[in-house]
Amino acid sequence: MSLTQEAAARAAASIPLDEIDVADPALFQNNTMMAYFARLRKEDPVHYCAKSLHGPYWSVTRFADIMSVDTNHQVFSSESRFGGITIMDNNAAATLPMFIAMDPPKHDEQRKTVSPIVAPENLAKLEGLIRERTQAALDSLPVNEPFNWVEKVSINLTTQMLATLFGFPWEDRAKLTRWSDVATAEIGTFGIDSEEARMKEIHECAAYMMKLWNERVNSEPGPDLLSMLAHSDNTRNMSPEEFLGNMLLLIVGGNDTTRNSMSGGLLALNENPDEYRKLCANPSLIGSMVSEIIRWQTPLAHMRRTALQDTELGGKKIKKGEKVVMWYVSGNRDSDAIENADSFIIDRARPRHHLSFGFGIHRCVGNRLAELQLRILWEEVLKRWPNPMQIEVIGEPKRVFSSFVKGFEAIPVRINA
Amino acid sequence: MAKITFIDFSGNEKTIEAENGTSLMQAAVDNIIPGIDGDCGGACACATCHVHVEASWLNRLPPKSDTERSMLDLAEGSDENSRLACQITVSDELDGLVLHTPEAQH
Repeated sequence: MSLTQEAAARAAASIPLDEIDVADPALFQNNTMMAYFARLRKEDPVHYCAKSLHGPYWSVTRFADIMSVDTNHQVFSSESRFGGITIMDNNAAATLPMFIAMDPPKHDEQRKTVSPIVAPENLAKLEGLIRERTQAALDSLPVNEPFNWVEKVSINLTTQMLATLFGFPWEDRAKLTRWSDVATAEIGTFGIDSEEARMKEIHECAAYMMKLWNERVNSEPGPDLLSMLAHSDNTRNMSPEEFLGNMLLLIVGGNDTTRNSMSGGLLALNENPDEYRKLCANPSLIGSMVSEIIRWQTPLAHMRRTALQDTELGGKKIKKGEKVVMWYVSGNRDSDAIENADSFIIDRARPRHHLSFGFGIHRCVGNRLAELQLRILWEEVLKRWPNPMQIEVIGEPKRVFSSFVKGFEAIPVRINA
Repeated sequence: MAKITFIDFSGNEKTIEAENGTSLMQAAVDNIIPGIDGDCGGACACATCHVHVEASWLNRLPPKSDTERSMLDLAEGSDENSRLACQITVSDELDGLVLHTPEAQH
């Protein structure tokens, strides 16, 4: 355990329970949140925090309790007008209407419009393209010199994927990554110093996407997300707010998540050299490793709900209108649900039994695409650099200041060839 | 105990002996039936144990709950023969049941 982690463990053990605020983005930036979650799971698994950057909220920290909230959309609403699906009520981009932040029946109609793009049949069509691009990205990496894995691999590959899904102009694709960062940023990060600054860029996104939308409306139906939405009865008449909300949902959902799992996987292998060796000795473990990486990273640390009525959870009385945060990042380390939950193990018996995609009607629609992208990445990595620790993390990772997007700005690495 | 036959997307058949009291999802996973994932572990919360029930068996199964209905509604390629295998408990009455698994779950 590093000095920082030891200090965090001491602080987490001594702070009065009612002062614990696990949503403090600083805990995620310095990677010290796990000690606090461990204490909550043990001593106060459904925990009330009266004061935080984002106001009062309940924390749900155990796997089973998270599952029961996630599957009870009749009581725990995702609706944007109550605050949506993140802890950030005052983020105007995160609280737009979008289908992840709708209750049935509207949620179901809009989700079904886009889900065919990530259905098995379409994934089979995309696999060759994803592999070619992954090969090209890896073949262009520098060897025997330091570079930022997040930028050259994770952001590069996920931005290309997203541009393909949207049919987005290739030369402008970096805008997608920028809008994704801007939509979820805490004020003071990613060059966003106010809500006005955030919304200025988000409105640029709206204008750009609206231009593409108008092109699609006037063309024959195509296989990209914009065209699917433009030509479906369920979505062609969306309000401007819904349009922008759904654009941001698909941009963030297809971007931040896979990106940070691509980064977190490499870090996990470096921090667990025995597992890295196991992988190199037996590349057929890539499939189960991918699910373990997604559990271990938990690229979205939480999802939020709002209680529609007074209710009880884990012996606590939650009042109508209160904010309930399901900490996937904590449930994924709950040893009552997952054996040796605090260990990164690439050959688990039931690797997909994790919370990172959520459960219930809002479960991640792109889950199998994410797994496919990660599987191809590691297959192609091992073909080029088959030895343990050959891709070496050579410095401290820089983590994002956010308790929603659990990710990295930079991981310095060197490929030892 | 019941004999359950799974027919995969390419038409390959596999018949297993399932213990009474277990779910069809668990029986499939234990017997490594292709096309059944069961990510959530049987909580009716992921729809990755989606199966198409042979038509003659539909009325002999317990009815769907609202939760199963809403999860199936969002599952790829679901139709009137669709069920979630985790929501059906094996019993002697199910002996001979035939289920079709989809190409893949998501």
